[in-house]
Amino acid sequence: MSAAEGQSKEIILRTRGVGKTFGKFVALNNISAEFSRGAITSIIGPNGAGKSTYFNLLCGAFPPTKGSVEFEGKDVTGLPQHRFAHMGIAKSFQITSVFPQLTTRENIRVGLQALVSRYDIWRPRARLTELVERADELLALVGLWESRERAAKTLAHGEQRALEIGMALASQPRLLLLDEPTAGMSPEETRTMMDLIVKLAKERTVILVEHKMKLVLGISDRILVLHHGELLAEGTPQEVRQNEAVKRVYLGQREH
Amino acid sequence: MTDATESIKEPRTATVSWYEFATRHRASIVAAVILVFPLVMPFTALAVNILIYGLYALGFNLVFGYLGLLSFGHAALFGTGAYLCGIAIVHFGWPWYAAIAAGVAGGLLMALLIGVLAIRTRGIYFAMVTMALSQCVYYLFYQAVDLTGGENGLRGINVRTIDLFGLRIDFINPMIRYYVIAAFVIAAFFVMSRILASPFGAVIEAVRENETRARASGYDVTKTRLLTFVLSGGFCGLAGALQALHLSIVPIEILHYETSGLVVMIALLGGMGTFFGPMIGAAVFLVLENVVSVWTVHWQLIVGAIFIACVLFFPAGIWGTLIARSRR
Repeated sequence: MSAAEGQSKEIILRTRGVGKTFGKFVALNNISAEFSRGAITSIIGPNGAGKSTYFNLLCGAFPPTKGSVEFEGKDVTGLPQHRFAHMGIAKSFQITSVFPQLTTRENIRVGLQALVSRYDIWRPRARLTELVERADELLALVGLWESRERAAKTLAHGEQRALEIGMALASQPRLLLLDEPTAGMSPEETRTMMDLIVKLAKERTVILVEHKMKLVLGISDRILVLHHGELLAEGTPQEVRQNEAVKRVYLGQREH
Repeated sequence: MTDATESIKEPRTATVSWYEFATRHRASIVAAVILVFPLVMPFTALAVNILIYGLYALGFNLVFGYLGLLSFGHAALFGTGAYLCGIAIVHFGWPWYAAIAAGVAGGLLMALLIGVLAIRTRGIYFAMVTMALSQCVYYLFYQAVDLTGGENGLRGINVRTIDLFGLRIDFINPMIRYYVIAAFVIAAFFVMSRILASPFGAVIEAVRENETRARASGYDVTKTRLLTFVLSGGFCGLAGALQALHLSIVPIEILHYETSGLVVMIALLGGMGTFFGPMIGAAVFLVLENVVSVWTVHWQLIVGAIFIACVLFFPAGIWGTLIARSRR
């Protein structure tokens, strides 16, 4: 995979010296990185490395304290969160975040509707039949077709994670950001999820935040390692695995 | 596709199908009930009261039940509708239909004003900010004696006849008055049903269910909230305008925070976030008030106790409990 990772590859997302402080606490300091279109890039690091903070800056959950974020050549720093979905960036949450009382299908249908109709108070939504059809396609893709009529809160944890991915896909993103998609999953569910991610990456760019290094080594084209809010290392999985600094950080720490 | 959906529904019990039937034809059912309603009521004025408070609660429920925000300032929307309708008739001699339109516009505008200031707050803060703002509105109308009559209320809203395409209708006759008001209330229920079934109706519920996810999906949560609040103001404004026509006077108490509290009780009693809940809540509450106040002057004690019992044992409200039972 690393061979395909040429210098000529188009850059879809770029951060220039982004930093984030919460009060006096520096969560993230001066990170500059580029993400290639069509690749799977993983952001790894031990707990408290600033992975989630960096992720939240990329997806627009909050603006950076300094620096800038560029998507497809446009500066998107500080734009409100809801604009990101319309630009083609979607994210899944680390802690499952769905519409609990709505059915699985309605969860995805509402996600799809955001691109089509947001303030129409008059026409019946039942007429937007193509949304239901596309919702059903996505349900099949993430393996939730059987559970389509169930309220999202009644789904098992793994199913809710899959729904989370389905909802992120609903906005037809060119860039898919996944925050620890396998968090709390059984080994069996984790394998299914990893297969799904590889499948999804064939048609779009994927950026993945993951705590467990071993999980992402096999599927990533490129890996960023964060530590104490700094960019510790960057490169192909092999380069990162052999990096002395990375070894030191992960040394003595049990790999899951 | 459709076949697959049907097969899923098949094994369900018959009790669910009445609920689905009720949902599909919700506005027509309300219309049918409203049309025969005065025949079962002890007197027509009570039936009119129930209609008006039911409509007020319907508007309130859009924000409370569907959007998930507890507003404690809806009296300002209801009261502004009533005052603007009254002022249009008393001071400007507007015809009845224009006065009603003024009331609706007043409700929409007041909701926009209050909404812009309050909509970014959540939970208890939203309740407090809306309450404080509605108290401001109370004093505004209280002080504007020339227009509103201040403490004495706005008197002299005398609409004796209603001209409808050359037809003169006697508005003094209680039964006719009921059906004129019912026409507006039924229309409002149809509009509400339409809003809830619209794409925007889905957005309202999504924002209630999970604000962060709604935002990530690409919805502007603040704008959605504001638009919902303004729509709610339209319904409450209409209810206020009808109240002004019905009472022939707008008492200043209409803007009092008790009026805001009353609608919370009605919505909770009937079932928040349900279509029929507000009307059922209004009917039960006002009939109780009426029946109990005949026995004793301490009727509030008894109605209050019944209300507390309902909240404790049927937290989903009357209609909400029925729905939950049928789904079990």
